[in-house]
Amino acid sequence: MDALQVTRRLSMSDVTVDVSQEEAERQLTVCNSCRYCEGYCNAFKALTRYRSFDKPTVSHLANLCHNCRGCYYACQYTEPHEFRINIPALLANVRAQNWEQHIKPLWLSRTMQASVWPYVLLTMVFVILFSVGAGVSWASSVPFYQSISHNTLISIFLPLFLLPWIAVFFGLKSYWKSVGGSRLTRHDLSFAFSSAATMKQLNGGQGQGCNYEAGDRYSNYRRWAHQATMYGFLFCFISTSLGTVYHYLFDLPAPYALFSLPKLFGVVGGLMLSVGTAALIYLKNRADTALGAAGRVAGEYAFVVLLFLVSTTGLLLYWSQGTVFASSWLIVHLALIATFFVSIPYSKMVHGFFRIAALCREAQIQRLS
Amino acid sequence: MSDSILTPIANPSVLTPGSGSVVADIIVVGGGNAGLCAAICAAEKGASVLLIERAPITYRGGNSRHTRNFRCGHDAPLGMLVDAYEEEEFYNDLLLVTKGNTDESLARHVIANSAESYHWMSKQGVYFQPSLSGTLSLSRTNAFFLGGGKALVNAYYQRCEDLGVRVMYDTTVLDMHIEDGQCDGVLIDCNGQQEYLRANAFVITSGGFESNKEWLVEAWGEAAKNFLIRGTPYNRGEVLKQLLKHGADSVGDPTQCHAVAIDGRAPEYDGGIVTRLDCVPFSVVLNSEGNRFYDEGEDVWPKRYAIWGRLVAAQPNQIGYSIIDHKSSDLFMPSVFPAVQCDSLSELIEQLGLPLESSLAAIEAFNKACVDGDFRPTELDGLATHGLTPPKTNWARPIDTPPFYGYSLRPGVTFTYLGVNVDITARVTFKGAESKNIWAAGEIVAGNILGEGYLAGFGMTIGTVFGRIAGNQAAEHV
Repeated sequence: MDALQVTRRLSMSDVTVDVSQEEAERQLTVCNSCRYCEGYCNAFKALTRYRSFDKPTVSHLANLCHNCRGCYYACQYTEPHEFRINIPALLANVRAQNWEQHIKPLWLSRTMQASVWPYVLLTMVFVILFSVGAGVSWASSVPFYQSISHNTLISIFLPLFLLPWIAVFFGLKSYWKSVGGSRLTRHDLSFAFSSAATMKQLNGGQGQGCNYEAGDRYSNYRRWAHQATMYGFLFCFISTSLGTVYHYLFDLPAPYALFSLPKLFGVVGGLMLSVGTAALIYLKNRADTALGAAGRVAGEYAFVVLLFLVSTTGLLLYWSQGTVFASSWLIVHLALIATFFVSIPYSKMVHGFFRIAALCREAQIQRLS
Repeated sequence: MSDSILTPIANPSVLTPGSGSVVADIIVVGGGNAGLCAAICAAEKGASVLLIERAPITYRGGNSRHTRNFRCGHDAPLGMLVDAYEEEEFYNDLLLVTKGNTDESLARHVIANSAESYHWMSKQGVYFQPSLSGTLSLSRTNAFFLGGGKALVNAYYQRCEDLGVRVMYDTTVLDMHIEDGQCDGVLIDCNGQQEYLRANAFVITSGGFESNKEWLVEAWGEAAKNFLIRGTPYNRGEVLKQLLKHGADSVGDPTQCHAVAIDGRAPEYDGGIVTRLDCVPFSVVLNSEGNRFYDEGEDVWPKRYAIWGRLVAAQPNQIGYSIIDHKSSDLFMPSVFPAVQCDSLSELIEQLGLPLESSLAAIEAFNKACVDGDFRPTELDGLATHGLTPPKTNWARPIDTPPFYGYSLRPGVTFTYLGVNVDITARVTFKGAESKNIWAAGEIVAGNILGEGYLAGFGMTIGTVFGRIAGNQAAEHV
């Protein structure tokens, strides 16, 4: 008898997607008359300030939302109820639209947010550039800086490093204007960065976590995986920056010993980034795609896989020093890093910048009201 | 679970005691708050439990899905609850709303066990949150569930899953085999397939009959056809009917239901909390003939929304129209459906489909009866009309500042009072004698304690306390 079933997790397969401004207003109005989810996150607390939801307000709420999905699984009005409430998906779609609309050029944002092939293509181009263009041999145990000169590296990476930040800067400026942001204060920034540093909003309001890979059960795995990824990334960034400082200020070129600051940050950060991104991929695969941004799943996977490969090849490069594989890993690693730099403004990576901007704006609104 | 534990019977319409197989120690009928509490307690004591839920998985949990808090007594600050809410005050609040129509020993038992329930619920995975914005008045008396009732229901179903409770969704109990107050088994229908399921004990937590329009019409008359049902469409009262048919003692007025005034555009079923409309105290309310019929400003809305359900039910076509002007448009919780909005009163009246002449006359008479004074929206301000029948005794300000806004009002049924009698161990009585193996909890026994009226969040308290008692008692029996 197929009806006799053990309790199973709720699974929502056929959920309608409509991301028009009218639909956003409709759904948020239902939430505003209900407010049961106030305790989950600050997006819901912010929502109760308004009586109607114009486009800037919807954008602001969307960029405060962490897609923790608590409000979806707790909602009495999800499909098949005629109110068809799905706030995580609605706000995820608005967020993706925001990134694409504010970070120019639009076509590049759209393509990289939605698909895998730009990442593959870019990596291939850079592999060719490093192996043929910069002349790094595929099988050689020659140490790092003898394979490729520091100046060649700088001449390739400096523009790759600077141009994306320019795109991010102008994108954020455009977003900031669209949500009516005013002059930033130290208070706004410290509110935003402390909230991001602890990923407060993925704790579900009381530390019980969010509803991601385990459906209607709360879990903290995603928060941990994300923190490992974020701090791992920051450690790698610190490691590279320290390397630069050592090189130019102290005239101490790489390689460094294991118990040196650049190496410690690099190895620990690389491990955290590899484990964190692997966990994110695993969790993402178990979560319900109907509660995320429609049509961006491939791009989201591409980005997190890219991060995983960047850190993992970095570690492989480190461990293969002195073997003939060292130079192959060097080519691949450098190509992946270059791809990553290009993708900063156009991939899921931008969510962090927009989140910080939204948190700053939230601090301002709270301060002014 | 395996199919083999269910033995289909040749002719399901004939209930033969002993003909089916015993599927579990305990069958719990109804998977809302009370049923879940019962199932958890019974399973914790080692009993095997089968939970039968009428709704599909997406609508599981009965009316508990729509709740947001439970009323909880406490002698000192408790979790999210501030100050103290002692038993005497709690009991007096109950006496006030029920006008003394309660069973004191059962009521006091629920109240005395409410604080302990707070801890028990937390242990089962229910999280609490500070009282919601706009409900500060409840921060002392009512503990709010993080995410609301559906999050609570999810937590309990997860707990059931962990404890090995089996759940059948989409399953209706068609008949019960009861002799001398002893139940042998239940005939169920699951997606058109019928089975006879036996167990050693039964816990009935299947709610009232408020979603059964035919039954409501029987009790209330034709007017009930225009009622909206705020909660689940699955509370059709089949099991209640079975129990009463087999001689269980009834409690509660069979002709009464608890109804509040809600937005007339709400869905027929399951509209829940968002269909509330809090503008009445700041408005003028007309019936479909364009006449006022009651004092809109008699008291603050939380104390009056319940009587307005009945007031509107007594009007022609069971509909009312609440009209405000720009001055009051931001004084109440936002409504889910936008108001009809016009720059002139006559245009608004036309759009609402009201008779122009009488409606304008009623508003004009109201406006003339308003006097200058101090308007204080959050308290009884005594700003009353002069020489008007019926009067408006608070918040009476002329409707004169465009734009004007109009909302329709309909009675929204929340629950019915008819239920079965239980003793303090949650055992159902048959002609005054305790049933041998039937316990009941939740809305189906609420009439023992709530003879009339309602106290916010008390239904969940009754369900939790009696659900736990029923589960524990049934488990001790098997």
